[in-house]
Amino acid sequence: MSNLPDATRQGVEPLDRMEPAEVVQPSRWRSIWDADVTWSFRHSPVAVVAAVVTLAMILSAIFAPWIATTNPFDPASLNLMNGFSRPGVPNAFTGESFWLGTDDQGRDVWSTILYGLRISLFVGFMAVLFALVLGVLLGLLAGYVGGWVETIIMRVADVQLTFPSILVALLIFGVARGVIPIEYRDQMAIWVLIVAIGLSDWVQFARVVRGATLVEKNKEYVQAARLIGRKPGAIMLKHILPNVLSPVLVIATISLALAIIAEATLSFLGVGAPPTQPSLGTLIRIGQDFLFSGEWWILFFPALTLLALALSVNLLGDWLRDALNPRLR
Amino acid sequence: MLRTTAILTIAALAATGASAQTLRWARAGDSLTLDPHAQNEGPTHTLAHQIYEPLIIRDVTGAFEPALATEWAVSEDDPNVWVFKLREGVTFADGADFNAEDVVFSFGRAQSENSAMKELLTSITDVRAVDDYTVEFVTDGPNPILPNNFTNLFMMDSGWAEANDVVDVQNMADGETTFAATNANGTGPYTVESREPDVKTVLVANPDYWGVDDFPLGFDRVEYTPIQNAATRVAALLSGEVDFIQDVPVQDLDRVKGTDGLVVKTAPQNRVIFLGLNIGADDLERDNIEGANPLADVRVRRAMNMAINRDAIKQVVMRGQSQPAGMIAPPFVDGWTEELDAVQPQDIEGAKALMDEAGYADGFTIQLDCPNDRYVNDEAICQAVAGMMGQIGITVNLNAQSKALHFPLIQNGTTDFYLLGWGVPTYDSEYIFNFLVHSKDGERGSWNPTGFSDAATDAKIESLASETDLEARAATVAEIWNTVQEEQLYIPLHHQVLNWGMTDAVGTEVSPEDDPKLKYFTAN
Repeated sequence: MSNLPDATRQGVEPLDRMEPAEVVQPSRWRSIWDADVTWSFRHSPVAVVAAVVTLAMILSAIFAPWIATTNPFDPASLNLMNGFSRPGVPNAFTGESFWLGTDDQGRDVWSTILYGLRISLFVGFMAVLFALVLGVLLGLLAGYVGGWVETIIMRVADVQLTFPSILVALLIFGVARGVIPIEYRDQMAIWVLIVAIGLSDWVQFARVVRGATLVEKNKEYVQAARLIGRKPGAIMLKHILPNVLSPVLVIATISLALAIIAEATLSFLGVGAPPTQPSLGTLIRIGQDFLFSGEWWILFFPALTLLALALSVNLLGDWLRDALNPRLR
Repeated sequence: MLRTTAILTIAALAATGASAQTLRWARAGDSLTLDPHAQNEGPTHTLAHQIYEPLIIRDVTGAFEPALATEWAVSEDDPNVWVFKLREGVTFADGADFNAEDVVFSFGRAQSENSAMKELLTSITDVRAVDDYTVEFVTDGPNPILPNNFTNLFMMDSGWAEANDVVDVQNMADGETTFAATNANGTGPYTVESREPDVKTVLVANPDYWGVDDFPLGFDRVEYTPIQNAATRVAALLSGEVDFIQDVPVQDLDRVKGTDGLVVKTAPQNRVIFLGLNIGADDLERDNIEGANPLADVRVRRAMNMAINRDAIKQVVMRGQSQPAGMIAPPFVDGWTEELDAVQPQDIEGAKALMDEAGYADGFTIQLDCPNDRYVNDEAICQAVAGMMGQIGITVNLNAQSKALHFPLIQNGTTDFYLLGWGVPTYDSEYIFNFLVHSKDGERGSWNPTGFSDAATDAKIESLASETDLEARAATVAEIWNTVQEEQLYIPLHHQVLNWGMTDAVGTEVSPEDDPKLKYFTAN
């Protein structure tokens, strides 16, 4: 972004000419502020709202232990008698009041959402990171090396694309459950989820990167690097990779929303995060048992949070795709 | 043309399905096997009762009623012999006659190595056929309550068992399956049309049933579907997908009661829910204490008992639909007393002091094994228990799973801390002692993985079967209960309350053993 052509010209304004020393100082900030992407961001209210919501959720997840009124997973602070308190209404037995109510075990729904958000976001980010690293590496390899390497990688990708990714994740989860001894299952559940979702999601990255690599590898700068004798690994990582990253960024953002939903789906089905480390999906699963009996808040607030999170990340991804697409400028 | 026929067939099937003669019945968990002697478990017996029959049955109210036996009495010549007269003219579903030979075979099978029913028959030394329709049971001493043990002991056809290689009982603990586990040939009011375990079982009325004229038999077709998820189960009842659910989720009682055309019938169940502990092992496998077993210390067990807030479990988890317990016998049972059943109030400070005294002031970590489709809100109870244990420093890892995976842990003794419910079909304490208190020795104690083993207690339990002096017997029962309470062998939680939900087309009372016997059902 530092080499954007009109950055200096924008910086030269009559007022700044009074104090030349300060022209250099704000120019870096200004150059980001005035960059195409930023400009398009500033002028898209949807993107701004989505970004604010996403950021707020990430921050509340990070600072959950300080924001939450109780630690819902510290049994010593729980009182079962608080169970099923209505939002904002003092509990009939204990007189305590919770602004989003409590669940069947007397846990404060507000606090469980904050802690659940942590798990959901952590799993989402890590799964996308896993899929991204795997997909980008395989895509680069397929695109650059070609031949049978490409055939194998891309055929595997094609086969995997014919299955819904949730099925792939379920399969991986099932295998992992069989392999991991029962006493480690709860501790490993989060990592199994990450691998399961990541493995079901790498194909998109691989396909996009392979396509871009095929274009880039015949460009002159790559041929020049090859001529001066750089090794293929270095060419792929140092020369091609930076030039294929911008579509990857878009896919990563949209994948994040999908990964969060995939995690929620798996947890809702009861094969994801264990009840001791509930994610938003686990909370929704717990809450749905109480829908008929009118305790709506146990399901409603986690579901609303999940909806807001997935929606805003998705909107951000959509905006980023448009902003980075040269044809739409 | 083919297509039209298919559509017509489907329409015809749908029409039969909607007729008043079909009972669509659901509960949380399925029967574990059709082999009538391989599991001593409520839902398994309940399904078996529709297909197979015992000599004596309990009717809807829990009273004895003749089934395959018409009369029974202690022999006039020998107090150690019970004489049973069998019902004549009864045939099995495959057409074979029912006679004394089948009774001798069935009891032999129920006493064999893999049988889960052995504990009920420990006092029997010989079963002999006097003639085709008279059987004598010889016991190792006078046993006045022998018939109490027969109400879930189903009669199989010896010829069918031999022809299908199922003379031996299916070995459930090893995961064996046999022909008899998926097929049935009984004398009962229904026969199995199709069965997919955990999915659906279809029963059809047995046209040759001996009791066709004696019982209401309101339904000629039964579709039995296990629905584990509570919300799905109640939704199925509300939407008319099923006619009868045996376990209305406690949170949905008002909703079901308030729906036109639906009825909830409530009764206390002859079943107690409790926690079991591995107290016999030198070292627990699933804890964080090396080289010692914290549960072996009675102070730790007492502390755990004091940490439980039974009232909170009743009010919140069970929504009032339970009766907190102080002993592991329901009030229906001989030997139950109000003093023994007095509820331990929660006492966190006292519990912490005991933990400290035992040297576990910092607590420990342990795994709690729990079923999630067997008892009312079983998983939620375990979660609540985990929270309460946390208050005295015990970190509980919860392992909640289907009963098909949970029960083998108990029977194989590979659990340190578990939830179990126990119903008492004999209505007598001896049944509890034989299964849960006597040390595990191949004949008795098959559901006692606690490792508790005390020769004196074992001897007292064994003496019960042949004790004819009822006062002396009651005194021995009381002594055994005192041991159980003093040792804190189990941590009682509550007695269950049954809530059956049904459409007003289904006519039945609630049986205290939660075992609907469909021959007593009327279709309104």
